Amino acid sequence: MSINKLLIANRGEIAVRICRAAQELGIKTVQVYSDADEDSLAVKIADETVNIGPASASKSYLNMEVILQAAKEVDADAVHPGYGFFSENAEFAEAVTNAGMIFVGPSGETIRQMGDKISARYAADKAGVPTVPGSKGLLSDFAEAKDVADQYGFPLMVKATAGGGGRGIRIVENIEELERAIAEASTEAKAAFGNGGLYIEKYIETGRHVEVQLLGDGTDVVHFFERECSLQRRRQKVWEEAPAFLLTESVRNKLCESAVSLAKSVNYKGAGTVEFLYDETSEDFFFIEMNTRIQVEHPVTEMITGVDLLREMIRVANGEKLRFKQDEIKIKGHAIEVRLNAEDASNNFLPNPGVVSKVHFPGGPGVRMDTHLFANYKISPYYDSLLGKLIVHDEDRLSAIKRLERALSELEIEGVKTTKPLFQALAKDPSVISGDYDTKWLESWLETNSSNLSR
Amino acid sequence: MAIKEFMSPVPGIFYTQPSPDEPVYKQVGDVVSEGDSLCLVEVMKSFHTIVSDTSGTFKGYLVENEDEVSPGQVLLEIEISE
Repeated sequence: MSINKLLIANRGEIAVRICRAAQELGIKTVQVYSDADEDSLAVKIADETVNIGPASASKSYLNMEVILQAAKEVDADAVHPGYGFFSENAEFAEAVTNAGMIFVGPSGETIRQMGDKISARYAADKAGVPTVPGSKGLLSDFAEAKDVADQYGFPLMVKATAGGGGRGIRIVENIEELERAIAEASTEAKAAFGNGGLYIEKYIETGRHVEVQLLGDGTDVVHFFERECSLQRRRQKVWEEAPAFLLTESVRNKLCESAVSLAKSVNYKGAGTVEFLYDETSEDFFFIEMNTRIQVEHPVTEMITGVDLLREMIRVANGEKLRFKQDEIKIKGHAIEVRLNAEDASNNFLPNPGVVSKVHFPGGPGVRMDTHLFANYKISPYYDSLLGKLIVHDEDRLSAIKRLERALSELEIEGVKTTKPLFQALAKDPSVISGDYDTKWLESWLETNSSNLSR
Repeated sequence: MAIKEFMSPVPGIFYTQPSPDEPVYKQVGDVVSEGDSLCLVEVMKSFHTIVSDTSGTFKGYLVENEDEVSPGQVLLEIEISE
């Protein structure tokens, strides 16, 4: 292997996950850390560590120069960005490459192409992937917007090409609102993203979030089937499953093959995910976006396919060919992941940093904890609230839910409030058990049930 | 003359300006009206703007910009107008 030393440009549970995968491949790891993360688990288990400055992420984990300098100092030959921070930053990927190191992920060019909503939509169209009906490209004027409205009707979504993750979106119900939204959204997008470009899509009110896991080596691409992530709050996933139990075999094949054709069309290298909106009634699916990184919910895919995606993405970054043919990748059983956040679900998910006085993680068959917690760890207010992920795997969906319930009852995190009570309630809910929900379901469920979620 | 203290509702990071490129919310001696934004506390990427529920004169911040604060910690004072 030509990668000897991998610098991990991230923190928290994903830094721990990357470190473990690299060490198993015989690669030395270098963990960068801010002042707030000096006592973190990632720092404890890494082979080498480098302090990269103050707690505030903009001065440490989002400081490109300091990270590149650290990589140079320790003579790292590759950088893994994890998720968040610089993971989908084309400039960072190129800076790493220009400094003579390997970026564990796709090229800056691919990141840029998929990061821009219109060019991603264009690439999807070209690869034959269904996109939500809407404007062909950037809107040039209001007349063009009006044509789209005439053709597809309302409601419509006005979206910023530089937006993403739910930002820069407006929903309009009529022509007056459309005109106003275009004027306002352009100014707003220019201020927020430095790019006022807009496009329009038909607003599909209810649907399910289904996404396909991919791995490419620059020539070949394989998929590892799909995940179902419709249980969301404020567009943030809280509970993810693999496979998507509601898909028929033929829809599953079409969906996964369409994701593969998009990735192949851009010579994709690395781990990536194509996200789709799925309409259960018509069995239609529409391209939302492609994420050019490893995702938080990757473990459910690892559990059902038996493939370590983190190790594989390092291998392809290292220049190796894919080690799997598509027909060798099979679904075995069902997996569920829940995101344990330091949030008080009974109080509007108020973030809740502090010292974890005691932890006990569940065990037994089919149970996995990806976390950076340990007893007496101080959860910092500076970063996001994800404490870890509890993942269960069992022979089918219903037994996986029972296993999740059992594992949650063993799990103890004391000293801070977590989202554990939310998942205990969801695991017992008839709609969750029957799988009858869409991306809007959890928010309305919370309106009725959130007050009962204190422990 | 009554002084009103404003406390942090959450543990987090204290800011005297809405973003690094913008001016501070209030300077000593500024007139404060009900509904004015006074400071910002960030906790785990969630932002809480502290808004004045009184009118008066701004007496000053008791915490440095970007310092960590705990819940209930006094952040600033306003002299309530009679």
